[in-house]
Amino acid sequence: MSRSHPSLPLWKEDVSFRAADERFVMRRQFGRAMALTSLGMFLGNLWILGRTWTRRLAPRNPSAVVVAGVSELAIGQVKVFAYPTQDDPCLLIRLSATSWVAYSQKCTHLSCAVVYESETGRLACPCHHGYFSAATGEVLQGPPPRRLPRVHIEPRGFELVAVGMEDDRA
Amino acid sequence: MPAAPSARALALVGGVNVFIGILLVVQMWLLTASLESFLADHDEASLPGAVVSGVLFVGCLLLTRFIDRASRRGGL
Repeated sequence: MSRSHPSLPLWKEDVSFRAADERFVMRRQFGRAMALTSLGMFLGNLWILGRTWTRRLAPRNPSAVVVAGVSELAIGQVKVFAYPTQDDPCLLIRLSATSWVAYSQKCTHLSCAVVYESETGRLACPCHHGYFSAATGEVLQGPPPRRLPRVHIEPRGFELVAVGMEDDRA
Repeated sequence: MPAAPSARALALVGGVNVFIGILLVVQMWLLTASLESFLADHDEASLPGAVVSGVLFVGCLLLTRFIDRASRRGGL
């Protein structure tokens, strides 16, 4: 490593006894520390980019998954299931005798888990008080920018089967 | 005994540090915006965010090396 004052012993160069030298060294070291912090933040952005790419590798056409039995839930009851992967929690809600809806449980704001409020018929995010319609998944109130992604549910015989996911950007 | 850094030299280093600090603030905002976008399942911002963050980091690095080289040349 090159030295700014080769005539001085190394300890004198880094441990200045003159106030001006000390201020200079401290400011230079501070600049280096900030550059190191900048590197850390750049690595953070790279991590986000890497996770984005790995998330895109997830299967686009997930296989059908049996979620529940047709008579398993009472009206107004909810069941949590995972779809399309184990890392994607979803909610199945029975709205009426012949109507079931399912949505991703991740709030579109900052991915908090939403809960179903049967008395109001809406899905609520407890983190920042966002609310979604249980019938359509649309945002009713609060900071969420988009509706909840819907899981397509098909009754097949006596079972309810998840057959696909709606793109939440639609 | 080498001459002590002048007031001008100290001011220059301080000014460069302030500029690096501004770049850091921008980079910090960029990181939080990219993270929020990632959490919201929006993938469009991740690549531009990484590229701009890299440019800002290179800028910080160049400014730091500018100070080091100037001090080695004895200009400061």
